[in-house]
Amino acid sequence: MNAATAPVRRARSRGFVIDKVLLYGAAGLLALWTLVPIYLIALAAFSERSAISEYPKPLLPTRFSTDTMSFFVNSTGVLSSVRNSIIVALGTIVVALLIGAPAGYALARFRFPGRDSFQLAVLISKMFPIAILSIPLAVTFIGLGLYDTLQGVIIIHSAMVVPFVVIVTAGVFQGVSRELEEAAQTLGTSRIGAFLRVALPLALPGLAAAAIFAFVTSWNEVFAATILTVRNTTLPAQVLASLNSSPLYFRFAGGFFLIIPSVFFIFFMRKYLFNLWGPGR
Amino acid sequence: MASVGFESVRKIYGKTTALRDVDLLVADGEFMVLLGPSGCGKTTLLRCLAGLEQIDGGAVRIGERDVSDLAPRHRNIAMVFQSYAVFPHMKVYDNIAFGLRMRKKPKDEIQRRVREGAELLQLEPFLDRYPGQLSGGQRQRVAVARAIVTDSPVLLMDEPLSNLDALLRLHARAELKRLHGEVKRTTVYVTHDQIEALSMGDRIAVMKDGEIVQVDTPGVIYDRPASVFVGSFIGSPPMNFLRCVARNGTAVGEGFELPGPAGMDGKKLLMGIRPESIRVGEGPLSARVVVVEPLGSHTLLTARVGSELLKIVDSPDSRIRADEEIRLAPEPHKIRWMNAESGMAVQAPS
Repeated sequence: MNAATAPVRRARSRGFVIDKVLLYGAAGLLALWTLVPIYLIALAAFSERSAISEYPKPLLPTRFSTDTMSFFVNSTGVLSSVRNSIIVALGTIVVALLIGAPAGYALARFRFPGRDSFQLAVLISKMFPIAILSIPLAVTFIGLGLYDTLQGVIIIHSAMVVPFVVIVTAGVFQGVSRELEEAAQTLGTSRIGAFLRVALPLALPGLAAAAIFAFVTSWNEVFAATILTVRNTTLPAQVLASLNSSPLYFRFAGGFFLIIPSVFFIFFMRKYLFNLWGPGR
Repeated sequence: MASVGFESVRKIYGKTTALRDVDLLVADGEFMVLLGPSGCGKTTLLRCLAGLEQIDGGAVRIGERDVSDLAPRHRNIAMVFQSYAVFPHMKVYDNIAFGLRMRKKPKDEIQRRVREGAELLQLEPFLDRYPGQLSGGQRQRVAVARAIVTDSPVLLMDEPLSNLDALLRLHARAELKRLHGEVKRTTVYVTHDQIEALSMGDRIAVMKDGEIVQVDTPGVIYDRPASVFVGSFIGSPPMNFLRCVARNGTAVGEGFELPGPAGMDGKKLLMGIRPESIRVGEGPLSARVVVVEPLGSHTLLTARVGSELLKIVDSPDSRIRADEEIRLAPEPHKIRWMNAESGMAVQAPS
């Protein structure tokens, strides 16, 4: 019997090895795809200004310097736009989750008339390019006194993120068994108490994922921010505005600076993501 | 303590009626089993009692109170769910304490009662663990402990053993019965497993299509089923039914004639008889053995009487072989006559 099964097993383990190689190969390629540009940008941002135009480029930071970065950070408008960006991104998280998560919960828990069309309608809002909406929006915002305010940008960014939040949180709440909330109710909580004490804590990983998306979307969003603000602008809009008139090293520094917060934010939210999709469940 | 009463309880989902005017009284301290095939409404009835479903007619009473319109938390019940519904983000201790905390009990009382509950269900070593680190059987015990420590006079259980493997289920069944003996709560227990129902219930309510078809003690349900449905749903193998016709106080079937119910002349009957209530040897029925299955504790025979198949429980050392011609004698007082048209038991004129 052993003699008969051995070749089968060998064939199976060979297939296993090939699978692994393919998996890690693909993962490695994807990682390089994103990491190489980031690395090159970082390299340029932390080299002396003159090193920017060197060719061939050294792949290691031979002429390390923080001059470029400090020049960027200290240039006019950068610090205040960073502050604006952070406020807008955090505000977007709060507003998008406050609106999107309850909608997602409703989609997950209740069968109501128009549920399916609602699910579709949520996505329809993503059909209109912001470029088409920008002029009417700017006019409306001027009328409402929201033009050139951070609140206005938060509203727009939230509108962009909410559909995603609704769909992600619907999936997340579907993953939390209804019986858990019912058990809490039979044990003495109200309907809302059951949500707060049981469903919400269990949904945190998914909400964190939605928050990451909201943060990154808002942080990187440049078009609406540019159109709707003049002085109270966010970092991407600020960088975009000064892009043409600034030297190459300044652009690299700006690019690097734009990457950092997203990387950090995702890094700290990472464990929640792994809880959601990884082996923890 | 508290009794439980359903009075003409009706529940409708869109176009389907899940419960058709169900009436049922569960006495204080009684262990009532709701038994039936899936989709019969037994879980719906339990959820109506818990307050997790709104009823569309009738009333639900716990003790003297009409609780029909109360939220679950105001009904003073405790429930064990089929999936156990143990909170995965809380340690075992906090799971058991949950109901007590919601009831705002003082800290020392919570601690004492959680310890007691953990002791009762042998959970002390696990109090510091998360449910994810427990086996299915342990999680089930956490769910039971969480339900009983609240001191609710009414305990609801929705198929609490159905997710356990067979051996564990056997053990847990006995444990639950012991527990009921100790805590004496009024218990409503939903199951589709007739063995569970027979072994645990003080009484069984058999349900079908949103109605209760028979409520009685396990013994009566087993021996004197009210209908063909009850007879064939309960028992493994189920009750045999042989077609026959009533004639002058006798029942005449294919190749047999037995004393039958009086006053039914010309009516089509079914003779219901349990496999273990048929003696092999001498008797009025002649049969040809089709299959012989030695099962250790007994031998299960499948025999053909006329054109119908009959299951017979014979002794474990049975020497009967397939294809043998045998005579069978149904024990007269174990026969249950059914009206073949209505499927209901024929009431003995007494």
